[in-house]
Amino acid sequence: MLKKRDVIFIIIVILLAGIMAVFMYPKHGEKGETVRIMIDGKEHGNYLLGEDRVIEISNNSGYNKIVIENGEVYMEKADCPDQYCVEHKAIFKENETIVCLPHKLVVEMHSQGKEAVFDGVAQ
Amino acid sequence: MAKKVAYSAILVALAMICSYVEALIPFHFGIPGIKLGLANLVVVIALYLLKPSQAFGISVARIVLVAFLFGSLSSLLYSLAGGMLSFIVMLLLRKIRGFSVIGISIAGGVSHNVGQLLVAALVVENMSIFYYMPVLLIAGLITGMLIGIVAAKVCRHLRVVVE
Repeated sequence: MLKKRDVIFIIIVILLAGIMAVFMYPKHGEKGETVRIMIDGKEHGNYLLGEDRVIEISNNSGYNKIVIENGEVYMEKADCPDQYCVEHKAIFKENETIVCLPHKLVVEMHSQGKEAVFDGVAQ
Repeated sequence: MAKKVAYSAILVALAMICSYVEALIPFHFGIPGIKLGLANLVVVIALYLLKPSQAFGISVARIVLVAFLFGSLSSLLYSLAGGMLSFIVMLLLRKIRGFSVIGISIAGGVSHNVGQLLVAALVVENMSIFYYMPVLLIAGLITGMLIGIVAAKVCRHLRVVVE
């Protein structure tokens, strides 16, 4: 069945995932403060998680309806073919994202005053 | 030659059916990209029983045909990225030796997810999508292991037929 190198490979993958998770996922779900919406790599807008609102986006790629409600963000509606973004659970923790790949739309959670882990990588 | 073509054709058909069956089963975890990868079972088996070039042809033919039949141009892009990266990784590990079918299948599952995530990051031009990386690594590990266990069993029986 499993050989030595298989086991080494499995351990490497688990360690890698573990290390990334420790750095990327907030401990005990630190709540994010702002919701940033990015479209095609460009910032569309920043919104406070504390303020309930509905953001509707209609452009060439399609339609998305993002809802901020009771300290959570979720995608209520989208006319993309796969609907993964609509099925995605509501997010509120720092660094969590909802991605609507067909529309190149990303909803990210951020905390003010703290730089997101990924900004360093992106620059 | 005729036998070679016949085997390849049968395996392409089988891989396409696997893709189709998988699409029928609702298997969502709320995170895009996590799926069993039944079609990879066929590719792993081809990698063990046939020449690398044949296995490669089967993988490409399966991806292109399935995308044309059930998918879209963008789904073709993601499938190709994942499929090609996973094939290259599996082939390399097969050449290195010292890995079992299960290990190779795991490497294939993990690299498939990594490839798709890389393309997705390029498409949305946003690095925050790598948030999914740890989850997808582990998901690839588990699905790859399941596929590998089945592939190991199937290979044992098929070897008799092919040789």
